Amino acid sequence: MSILVDSYTKLCVSGITGREGTFHSLRNRDYGTNVVAGVTPGKGGQDVDGIPVFNTFHQAVEETDANTGMIFVPPRFAADSILEAEDAGIELIVVITEGIPAHDELRVYNAIRKNGRSRLVGPNCPGILSPGKANVGIIPAAFFKEGNVGVVSRSGTLTYQIGNVIAQQGFGNSTIVGIGGDPVPGSDFIDVIGLFEDDPQTELIVMCGEIGGDAEERAAEFVAENVSKPVVAYIAGFTAPPGKTMGHAGAIVSGSRGTAAAKAEALEARGVRVGRTPTEVAELAVSLLGAAA
Amino acid sequence: MDLLEYQGKQLFTRHGVPVPDGVPAKTVEEAVAAADEIGYPCVIKAQVQIGGRGKAGGIKVAKDRSQAEEQARAILGMDIRGLTVHELWVEGASEIASEYYASVIFDRSAKAPLVMLSTKGGMDIEEVAASDPDAIARLHVDPLVGFQDFHGRRLAFEAGVDSDVVGPVGAMLAALYDAFIGEEATLVEVNPMIVTPDREVRALDAKVTLDDNALFRHSENADLRDISAEDPQERMAKERGLTYVKLDGDIGILGNGAGLVMSTLDVVAQAGGSPANFLDAGGGAKADAITSAVEVILSNEKVKAVLFNIFGGITRGDEVAKGLIEAFDQIKPTVPFVVRLDGTNDEEGRRLLAEANLPNVHTEPTMDGAAQKVVELAGVAAGDGQGRPDEAQSPQDAGLEAPRR
Repeated sequence: MSILVDSYTKLCVSGITGREGTFHSLRNRDYGTNVVAGVTPGKGGQDVDGIPVFNTFHQAVEETDANTGMIFVPPRFAADSILEAEDAGIELIVVITEGIPAHDELRVYNAIRKNGRSRLVGPNCPGILSPGKANVGIIPAAFFKEGNVGVVSRSGTLTYQIGNVIAQQGFGNSTIVGIGGDPVPGSDFIDVIGLFEDDPQTELIVMCGEIGGDAEERAAEFVAENVSKPVVAYIAGFTAPPGKTMGHAGAIVSGSRGTAAAKAEALEARGVRVGRTPTEVAELAVSLLGAAA
Repeated sequence: MDLLEYQGKQLFTRHGVPVPDGVPAKTVEEAVAAADEIGYPCVIKAQVQIGGRGKAGGIKVAKDRSQAEEQARAILGMDIRGLTVHELWVEGASEIASEYYASVIFDRSAKAPLVMLSTKGGMDIEEVAASDPDAIARLHVDPLVGFQDFHGRRLAFEAGVDSDVVGPVGAMLAALYDAFIGEEATLVEVNPMIVTPDREVRALDAKVTLDDNALFRHSENADLRDISAEDPQERMAKERGLTYVKLDGDIGILGNGAGLVMSTLDVVAQAGGSPANFLDAGGGAKADAITSAVEVILSNEKVKAVLFNIFGGITRGDEVAKGLIEAFDQIKPTVPFVVRLDGTNDEEGRRLLAEANLPNVHTEPTMDGAAQKVVELAGVAAGDGQGRPDEAQSPQDAGLEAPRR
């Protein structure tokens, strides 16, 4: 097992004919992901290295039974593309695009939750990797192998950093989920941690948070009430000054809200071990896994 | 992007939010002409993006032309909590019967706009929220439905506004919501929102934050960016497509990915150092972007040492190395560099660096080791007897310390 993406994934990429879209679609296919289709309006009938391109998501789903969508289009077209994927019946929509207007994210989030048909991951995320099964997104799969650690993170490269240290100690991952650094993520820590709790392959959960919002605090409550598996956390941005956006649109301390210290405190108060450096988080995870083995 | 008060008010008028008549001015002469046009008494208001302008002497009433000139002269160029006043807003003086507070904020936690109303206006709303939370009426609006009249009535009755202005206050909230959605703001705040003795409701102040990511749809708002108020290094970075935030310390930082860079700042601080900046070179940065980034980092004269922390996914280690080599060729930096390269093409990158044999460039195998090394080198460069507590006894000791894994 694993979560969200696996050998049942049939991927359709929106923006597959763009430079980045092509590059990563083919990389995902090389990894073993079943990339069944692409969507670029006006380029229906073409193909990208054998992957058929359709004008609409509806045609792509009808012809290929695609069940997962990956969105690679520029920010101004992203909301439209996500809603099109949902309307066409795509179950899981992974949005890589960075820089989508906040009000678009709000509208899309609420529409998708209200309809309750699709799950959204991202935007502004590196995607989802289930090592040995499927890779949907831009996570460099070479650093990860199959195993029992589930990772959920607001940051891409930080995930690679922590995952790499865990891998060097001989452990692997069930699934790595990037939920993205935007203010309105389609899926939150809680959504993904809930899936890991129910996944038999996952024995330990690592969550990587950062400053801004209150997703980590809410995750702390959720873990205390609903999660039996050990959870280890890292929070980036202890030294971030208030009022400055630290790269990710969502990473901003507003007044006294959203600080790393408050998040670490909330997690520790609920029994989640918090590492102070990426290395320390990996070591905590390894020691817990070692104890369980 | 934060707007100045007058920019916010001009934006409000496009959405039917009533504001006092006013005219912006950049010189004393313009201010006097504006005051003559508005009529006396009028108010001369410093335009800076910070609270507490009134207390600092940045808002003054002028009863006649000579007072207008005197006040404008005093306020222009004034320093208000570190910000210099370059612009004024001259508006007609308002008579005030009541002061309320109103705002619409982008509530990321609830994933919905939050509308707030209070009769305790004219004071710091965070203090009101802390000391008397019940004094603020709050309501989330379903963004798929939008603001309805009942939302306005509920808020007005719950906040306890004077009964004769329930209608106008509700209309004001509807107009503010319209501005929030129409301009794609993340914050619209009016404090105070006043009721005049004639029972008119007006926005006496305006605080508006716009979503930078949506400016492509609002070209008239994109022009409002106040370039003179931006930090020169931050502006330089923005022009080059880099994400840069200036900090107070002396260690320049470059990394790829916002989370990893934030984490790098933390690890450097834990090692006893003080970062000079946040710089995310982004995913897939090519050599020229790295060269450009080095230039931005070194344009801050406080920088005594620089740390590169790269974990390549789509960013390639060889590109990072090429960029650094090119930067040494072009800029000839005099401060030491510590480079940690991991991930895609890391070996190739380290090989290129070794072959280039750049002066004073140290490679470290781990993030923690690299942070310690750069802190030591910055301390040496500072040559300080002010020493950091964890530092080695002498600069020589620090320089000779073996790299650790």
